[in-house]
Amino acid sequence: MLTFGRACLLLALGLVVFGIAASVYGARRERAEWAAAGRRSVYALFGVLTVAVVIVELAFARSDFSFRLVASHSSTTTPLFYKLTAMWSSQEGSLLLWVWLLSGWSSLAMLVAGRRARALAPWAGAVLLTFAGFFLVLVNFLAHPLQLLEPAAVEGNGLQPLLRHPAMVIHPPMLYSGYTLAAIPFAFAIAALLTRRVDAAWIRQTRRFLLGSWLALTFGILLGARWSWSELGWGGYWAWDPVENAALLPWLTGTAALHSLMVQEKRGTLKTWNVSLALITGILAILGTFLVRSGLLESIHAFGASTLGLPFLAFVVLLIGGSLTLVLWRRDALRSPARLDSMLSRETIFVFNNVVLVGLALVILWGTFFPLISEALAGERASVGPPWFSRFTVPLAIALVLLSGIGPLLPWRRARPGSLWRLFAIPVGAAAAATAAGLLVDPVAGSPRALALFAVATFVIAAVGQEYWRGGRARRASTGRAWPIALGGLVARNRRRYGGYAVHVGIAVMLVGVAASSSFQQVRDVRMKPGDRATVGAYEIRYERPTADVQREKLSLGAILDVRRDGRHVATLRPSRGYYPVADARTVGTLGRWFEGESTSEVGLRAGIRRDVWTVVEPDLQPFRRMIDGIDRRFPLADAQMEPLFLQALAERYTLQPPPAAFRMIVAPLVIWVWIGGLVALVGALVAIWPARRRRRAGGRAAVPRARPATVIERV
Amino acid sequence: MSGSPRRQARMVAALTAAAVLAAVLVWTSFTASSEAVTPSTLARAGEDGRSYELTGTVLPGYRREDDALLFRVRDRSGSASIAVRYRGAVPDPFRAGREVIVSVRRQDGTWVGERDSLVTKCPSKFSAQDDDST
Repeated sequence: MLTFGRACLLLALGLVVFGIAASVYGARRERAEWAAAGRRSVYALFGVLTVAVVIVELAFARSDFSFRLVASHSSTTTPLFYKLTAMWSSQEGSLLLWVWLLSGWSSLAMLVAGRRARALAPWAGAVLLTFAGFFLVLVNFLAHPLQLLEPAAVEGNGLQPLLRHPAMVIHPPMLYSGYTLAAIPFAFAIAALLTRRVDAAWIRQTRRFLLGSWLALTFGILLGARWSWSELGWGGYWAWDPVENAALLPWLTGTAALHSLMVQEKRGTLKTWNVSLALITGILAILGTFLVRSGLLESIHAFGASTLGLPFLAFVVLLIGGSLTLVLWRRDALRSPARLDSMLSRETIFVFNNVVLVGLALVILWGTFFPLISEALAGERASVGPPWFSRFTVPLAIALVLLSGIGPLLPWRRARPGSLWRLFAIPVGAAAAATAAGLLVDPVAGSPRALALFAVATFVIAAVGQEYWRGGRARRASTGRAWPIALGGLVARNRRRYGGYAVHVGIAVMLVGVAASSSFQQVRDVRMKPGDRATVGAYEIRYERPTADVQREKLSLGAILDVRRDGRHVATLRPSRGYYPVADARTVGTLGRWFEGESTSEVGLRAGIRRDVWTVVEPDLQPFRRMIDGIDRRFPLADAQMEPLFLQALAERYTLQPPPAAFRMIVAPLVIWVWIGGLVALVGALVAIWPARRRRRAGGRAAVPRARPATVIERV
Repeated sequence: MSGSPRRQARMVAALTAAAVLAAVLVWTSFTASSEAVTPSTLARAGEDGRSYELTGTVLPGYRREDDALLFRVRDRSGSASIAVRYRGAVPDPFRAGREVIVSVRRQDGTWVGERDSLVTKCPSKFSAQDDDST
């Protein structure tokens, strides 16, 4: 199996070489059969890589420890669900996942665009295969996921306990899907530049893929944040870490592109900007992968001991250089005939929205790479922290939310000044009412930034609500249907528009959650014995009693906390800490091995509409050190029957003679709205990406406009 | 939005605003940054009152003292180490042998970690080491 898998990966590389050659030859010589062969090699690549992925997954499922990857990241005690997802917890496995997803999305793009944009497809296919080729070189020669371990291990290391969380299972495939989907607009933009077909055809072929990339990145980022909040013991969901930022960068430029592409479709302008945004988004997706793999910047997420930095750097330089050269080469073709008619138009707001989004991306890019910049300019490596990021990103986020409310209210081309009152009265009134209400609430009044964000978010919700209401009313008048049916019909007929509006609401709600939870969070670190109480905000938290639980794969020590507000019981929380043993007891002892391995916090969380109460506990094991060392000395290699007895004894002693434990308690308002807003945005994006039903004219021809299929393959 | 002089004026205004904002961005990043250092550099050239971002590997023997965590950080490759006194959230993956990043400032001769600034490298990324231990 292992040899077969290795052969698949080599065959994949061969397919890439053939596919690139066939696509380029077919495109240059106008040989449709060669172009088709290039396209088919993309499908074959997906098939071959699927076989390789299945081989790896089968090895994980069977706990075949002759596979080095399986022995390093799984064990017989790892639950099957996590065995199947352990592949992407490693450098080698995640690279395989990357290229497999890329081949899958590329196949879909070729399937869709191969028919509709025959002039662009061969070049785009060649670019996508080049991406795949780069990753296949890494997988085959620098980080092979199919390495033999001789002799095979008896037991594996197991999956890192922190990653045993449903969100962490889906998070990497989502982010990688976002990155790989961003490669498709990049490839078609390159194809458009090469063929001089820089009209809106390449946009029509790739808009859904860009939206798919946005959707996947949004979901991936949200899952990561949710995992951090509910699983990690530090009490936050965003840390401005370089690798987190790397996922945000293509999200920001992709969002900008989704808006500005509409301007080119509607008005035929912003061609250079759009092609540049598509290229930048694709490059930033690779840059994100590069940051994780290179170890160039200090990040909690960066792979240790990686040798992939240089190849990635070379690839990123090639992408930037190639893109820049192409844009400059085709600058004449990219000149746009149309200009913006008025400042009071939707397209002008989209331009401002793009400026803010790209500004945000530049700020984050600068802050992320500042250690390298400062080293180059000042000779010392320095970094900026979360306060620096907040100083710039908060005002820009407020501006962005405001623009996302103004945009839907203004028409394309030009708004009549006289109509502005009718358009803006309700949203502005709602924002003013929110501001007045905020000024009456004590902590909000003292935080101008939070107050401004609440006001603009209210403005957006009112603006979008007004659009839904007006559209629904018009449809109700024309069809005579009831409100829900009229609204449903409205959205179904204009999925992109009304799905997009829902995304605006979701993002506004999410930012309200972010503003409230970060500005008004109350944190308390305290050591308590059973019976002690601590006050956090309006809550009184009492340490009732300790808990201990011995399981096959971990020992849990925790606490039961009684949470009260104004004397009334609100919740009972059970934070705990799980201790996972290391496999080898020879150097650390029978009991000691349980405390030398990984340990994870299980968060005691009460999530509410108004606020979350979040707690973690860190038991003090110092008083048990003598007991642990004593047992380890006297029973250095206890057998499988004895070890649980020792653990039970330790657990019993912990519950009977509990030492003081360290607690972190957080009361954070409106955190749940971060997740609710995110879900609303995801649903909105799904509505927007969903294909519209084709409406047929009386004559039976499809009424939905389609890209004009090219009949000849153009020479470059 | 027609008229060349108006467009040019708008362009000049936009570019000026962008230049000013870029200057603010650059200035604040240099003034608000912390120098990234290794334990050996910090031991040799650390100054009182200045904030540093210390990176290194945690040595065995770390312990709690009331609500403070006392630990030593050594160079990734080398033996120089310094002691850190830290209060705040301790990441789950923190333990001896792990790489950490913590913002520190010297107070009365002791390197004190800034509250909640301690981060430990994501444990999923230690594949190279894990491979060896299999």
